[in-house]
Amino acid sequence: MSEVALTVRNLRVVFGAAEPVVHGVSFDIAPGECLAIVGESGSGKSVTARSLLGLAGANAHVTADRLELGGRSVLGLTDRAWRARRGKDVGLVLQDALVSLDPLRPIGREIADSLRLHTTLGAAARVRRVLELIEAVGLPDPELQVRKLSGQLSGGERQRALIAAAIAVEAPLLIADEPTTALDVTVQAQILGLLEQIALAGTAILLISHDLAVVSRIAHRVAVMHDGRLVETGGTAQVLGSPRQEQTRRMVAAIPTDKPRGTRLSLTARPADAPGTTCALSTPFPRESTVVLEAIGLSKSFRRPDGSRQLAVDDVSFALHRGSTLGIVGESGSGKTTTARLLLALLAPEHGEVQVRGQPWSAAGEKTRRGLRASVGAIYQDALGSFDPRWNVAEILTDALGLRHERRAPQTTARLTTLLDEVGLAASALPRRPLELSGGQRQRVGIARALAARPEILICDEPVSSLDVSVQAQVLDLLDDVQREHALSLVFISHDLGVVAHVSDQIAVMRAGRIVESGPARRVFAAPQHPYTAQLLAAVPRLPA
Amino acid sequence: MAEPVGPRGATLRVVLRVLGRLAARLGGAVFVLWAVASVTFFAVRLIPGDPAQAVLGGPGSQASPEALAAVSSEYGFDQPVIVQYLTQLGRLSTGDLGRSYALNMDVGPLVLSQLGSTVLLAVLALTLAWLLALALATWSTRGGTIAFRVGSSLEIVAAALPHFWLATSLIVVFSIWLGVLPPISTSGVAGLVLPVLTLAVPLAGFLGQIMRESLQVALESPFVLSARARGESERGVRWVHALRHASLPAISLSGWAFGSLISGAVVVETIFARPGLGRTLLNAVTLRDVPVVIGVVMIVAVTYILMTLLTDAASRLVDPRLRLL
Repeated sequence: MSEVALTVRNLRVVFGAAEPVVHGVSFDIAPGECLAIVGESGSGKSVTARSLLGLAGANAHVTADRLELGGRSVLGLTDRAWRARRGKDVGLVLQDALVSLDPLRPIGREIADSLRLHTTLGAAARVRRVLELIEAVGLPDPELQVRKLSGQLSGGERQRALIAAAIAVEAPLLIADEPTTALDVTVQAQILGLLEQIALAGTAILLISHDLAVVSRIAHRVAVMHDGRLVETGGTAQVLGSPRQEQTRRMVAAIPTDKPRGTRLSLTARPADAPGTTCALSTPFPRESTVVLEAIGLSKSFRRPDGSRQLAVDDVSFALHRGSTLGIVGESGSGKTTTARLLLALLAPEHGEVQVRGQPWSAAGEKTRRGLRASVGAIYQDALGSFDPRWNVAEILTDALGLRHERRAPQTTARLTTLLDEVGLAASALPRRPLELSGGQRQRVGIARALAARPEILICDEPVSSLDVSVQAQVLDLLDDVQREHALSLVFISHDLGVVAHVSDQIAVMRAGRIVESGPARRVFAAPQHPYTAQLLAAVPRLPA
Repeated sequence: MAEPVGPRGATLRVVLRVLGRLAARLGGAVFVLWAVASVTFFAVRLIPGDPAQAVLGGPGSQASPEALAAVSSEYGFDQPVIVQYLTQLGRLSTGDLGRSYALNMDVGPLVLSQLGSTVLLAVLALTLAWLLALALATWSTRGGTIAFRVGSSLEIVAAALPHFWLATSLIVVFSIWLGVLPPISTSGVAGLVLPVLTLAVPLAGFLGQIMRESLQVALESPFVLSARARGESERGVRWVHALRHASLPAISLSGWAFGSLISGAVVVETIFARPGLGRTLLNAVTLRDVPVVIGVVMIVAVTYILMTLLTDAASRLVDPRLRLL
């Protein structure tokens, strides 16, 4: 039975007396094969993955007709027997390597742990093997790396170290749970390439992700998970090319990359809007030439811990026209967020200035600016962190409307309900606190808060980066709707070129604080002029054509 | 990402940074000692009565006005307060703690002779508190819901126990009822048990609460899941990963805890009639023996500063990230 690395038949996982989280899931993976389980958060994909390691949790009840790693059953194993097989028969790579590697231990030790637990290698042999592994996952200077702490590595390097730890004893099965979610697109492409290499060497890979486009690059087969069930399984090209189930179609439609501006990404309650069709309201955007927001030669630097200065934003200029969207795209550290803060006048530029409707904005005093602040709104990536956790939705929005002193008035409640309705939330959300809302609902409240002051301009800093692809689709559609309804001008900042290209009229590509390329979105996407833009474009995960 | 820097420039920068840090430490220590000396000097002045009385055997000694005047001019009590203060500071800055009014001996050797006994008490209590806290935190995060509730309740109760009450109760139980341990601190090991327990138990409750919380956070973090997925055993997860994280906040608090142990020693040494700084301080305050009071307080401040340096070093040992700064 060596042709099957993993056999799962009718796997069920129940926590306590609640409804099962995983209902009867079955699949196989052959050596050298990569199977991707794709689903939204809460679909049960991570629990499924952890059950295969016997780590679903202390109060999880796991049952299955068959559950075999490399042909040997792992059903009913004792704790000790499980420990002997974890790491040896199956390795695990988790999402965020910053917290998935012990921050107090050098990565060399973390990688050597599996060797210490599962092999009889002596100390010197272990060191040699660790160096080999570090080299195999593509990290330069192995001797230097072994002594580094995870905090000293970049996101991509950490993920490589984590993979090295998981493949140390050449486990025949590697489970990768969202291994690239926190990474920039170019780094993501490299990590996927590394996983593909590992599969080519004969290791079976179970890839868990919420993003179909990401897995389509390396998965041989895809299984779509929804509500604890595998709703569709098949070859990657077949599942993505001709999805049979609604759930799969929804996920395929949600991918923004290569979809023209104005295309609906989500199935919503609004009847005219089926996903994939261009919006019924797609009257050409009112292309006005009025400039509402202008950045003129902005520069800003920060002091590094060692005292030298780093130029975070370097001579950045652009203009935002009324009713249009300017997308700013760049990888982490490119100066996007600093630019957003400069635009919001939360930071003062060292050189240059920001003007709103031709009037001084960054150069004005804070007193003058406060009167104008209502016209420039902001939406942040971490919606949860941007709310006072003790406030409920009603309090958050009442505050944003400036009606704190009339919070009991009936017209206030009416305005709150209208505001929530605009962002697709029911009035029943009013008494809830941010922690009780889902990620997508939180971002909707964030948008409602930004709309409350009736702004003309919205600065959106990575507004969908922490969301599942399907929720991202809904939020992007929502932003599109509110932009039309209120003739808003948007600055949309993201590391995801696919998203930016979908939402923007104009694009500016940032790298190391400078804009390396800018122009109409369609032109930049179709014919990039700068090699860096081309490199970013090539790394964007997209569905096979 | 960084601009090119020559190796010599980098080394120089590291050396300067280390020197700067040392200078800041030393400056901080000198400032603390100055502040302690000043506050103590003026606080002792606030005790009503003539310090010359103290020199001549306390308020009950009925010394003649002539004798009092002679002592006043000899010790400088007739000088303005500010002059006395500056004289005192000048003397302290040369390391001279002065002479005791009541015992007619130099304060330095007097205080140092008592220091060992108190430091032994405090170090033993701190060690025991750490062991108890570790055991309690480990057991309560391991043994399920009931162990968790029992463990956290025990910690709260222990942390809330006042020293004088605990000391008296321990004496009643172990000396009077069971008769196994002496109620007065004798020189042997048996005499140390009750005083050390009195100091250690409340501190263990306090440290245990902190350790249990950080242990829980560490045990739920993804790096522990990664370690388990590698086949690490429960014991390995705790000893290799989690306990190290759990001990960090407790280590930082140990410097402060050591200070509180020394102040706790005042009560404990008095109750168990044990020689030490605490009792010396209490007697000196009663007798208005200003040089001894200041001497004890200064020595305690120095131990406190040393202890803070030690806990910093221990933190750096356990947390390699601190060594990178």
